Amino acid sequence: MLAKRIIPCLDVRDGKVVKGVQFRNHEIIGDIVPLAEQYAKAGADELVFYDITASSDQRVVDKSWVSRIAQVIDIPFCVAGGIKSVEDAGRILEMGADKISINSPALTNPDLINELHDVYGQQCVVIGIDSFYNKDNNQYEVYKFTGDESRTQQTAWQTLDWIKEVQQRGAGEIVLNCMNQDGVRQGYDIAQLKAVRDICNIPLIASGGAGAIPHFTDVFQQADVDGALAASVFHKGIIDIDELKATLVSEGIAMRERFRQG
Amino acid sequence: MSQQTIVIVNTGCANISSVKFALERLGVAVTVSDDPAVIKAADKVFLPGVGSAGAAMKSITGKDLIPTLQQLTQPVLGVCLGMQLMVQQSDEATSGTIDCLKLMPGEVTRLKAGDLRLPHMGWNTITPKADSPLFAGIDAGTYFYFVHSFAVPVYEHTLASCEYGQPFSAAIQHNNFFGVQFHPERSGEAGAQLLTNFVNM
Repeated sequence: MLAKRIIPCLDVRDGKVVKGVQFRNHEIIGDIVPLAEQYAKAGADELVFYDITASSDQRVVDKSWVSRIAQVIDIPFCVAGGIKSVEDAGRILEMGADKISINSPALTNPDLINELHDVYGQQCVVIGIDSFYNKDNNQYEVYKFTGDESRTQQTAWQTLDWIKEVQQRGAGEIVLNCMNQDGVRQGYDIAQLKAVRDICNIPLIASGGAGAIPHFTDVFQQADVDGALAASVFHKGIIDIDELKATLVSEGIAMRERFRQG
Repeated sequence: MSQQTIVIVNTGCANISSVKFALERLGVAVTVSDDPAVIKAADKVFLPGVGSAGAAMKSITGKDLIPTLQQLTQPVLGVCLGMQLMVQQSDEATSGTIDCLKLMPGEVTRLKAGDLRLPHMGWNTITPKADSPLFAGIDAGTYFYFVHSFAVPVYEHTLASCEYGQPFSAAIQHNNFFGVQFHPERSGEAGAQLLTNFVNM
C-alpha cells in the first residue's frame, strides 16, 4: 500500500537553512548537508529545499549544495527557488535532485510548466502555491514572491482556478502552502486542503501550520493529502519522526516502515 | 566488490548522478559512459532513465547504442524508465506506441489506477519472487520509492510485484537483464541492499 509521506522542509538562504514565522524574521538553523543527512537517517520520506531568496532577488544563485546533498542522502528530494527556465531545471536535476518545484516563475510564465513536463516528464514537475485565505471576501488567493516581504504580491489567480490550470499544463505534484498558517503551528488548513483535494488528481502535499502530532493525523484523515510538509516542528525537535509515524500508524494511516534485512 | 568495473550507460537522461552517488556510497567505483567499448567491457551495467520513453529512445538511438545494449551478456539493471525501455514497446507516446530496446518480452502500459492519483509517487511495498538473488535479504512488504505513471503489467518475467489500483511489475528479469520500476538509489537502506545484491551477482 502506498504510504503517506512525512516531508521536512528546509528553507535555504545563502547556503544556510533558515526558518521564519509567517515568512518573516528568518533565523539560521544550521548547515544544509548535515541537516539533510540527519533527516534522512531520522526517517523522513522525502526532503524539500526551498531557496527562499532566489525568485525575489533576481540573481544567479549558487546551487552547488544540490550536488552535495545528492551525494549523501538516499531518499528523494526536491529543490525549489529561482528555477525560471528549462535550462535552470536541467542543471538542478543533473546535480541529482529528483524533482524541481516552481512557484512564482510558473505564475509569471505558465508555459514553463508545459515545457518542463515535455522535457523532463511529469514526475519531476512540482508546483508550489502560496495561498492566502482572505476572510473579507471568503476567497483563497494566490500570492507570489513570498520569499521577500517587500516584494510579495497578490496575483489575479484564485487558488482553485490555479490548481486546475497547473494540472492541465502537466504538473506532477502540488505543494499547497497555506500562508495564514505558516509558522504558527496551529494546525494545517484542513478546510482549504479539502477544497483543493476535491479538484486535485495528482499528489497533493499540505504545507503550513504543523505544530503537534494530531495536526498530521487530521490532515491525512480529513483532507486525504499524500504528504505533509513541516519545518519548525522538526528543526526545533518538537516532533520526533519515528514517534510521529508510530502514532499515525496506530491511527490507521499507512507509513513507510524502516527496512529490516530479511 | 570494488574491484569490478561498473558502468552507468549515459542515456542522456537526468538522474544519472543520483544512481552514481548511490553506488559510490556503497564504496563502488563507477564510470558513466556512452562508449560501446566501455559498456561492453563492464562487469555490471546500469541503464538509468527518467522522463519519457520517446525522449529516452531518441537519445539512445542518436548515440547508436541499441545494438550494444542488445548484445550485452553481463548483468544489466534498468532503473525506472530504464527498466521500461528493456521490453518490446511502450504506450507512453502521443500516438501509437514507441519501440523500446527489446531486451526481453513485455510491454509498458499506462497504470490503471482507478480512483487513485497519478503519478504513482511515494513509498510502496513490493512482493519479490522467492529465491531471487536481486532481492536477497529483502522481504515481502519492504518499502521502495516509486515515481511513474506507466508500468509493465505482471507477467512471466515479473521478479517482484507491487500494487497501485492494480498489480504491476516492480521488477522484471530475463536472462542477464534485470529491471526495477522503483528507484533503489532513493529507497534508503532497502535500496542500498538491492544495489549491493546486484553488484555482488
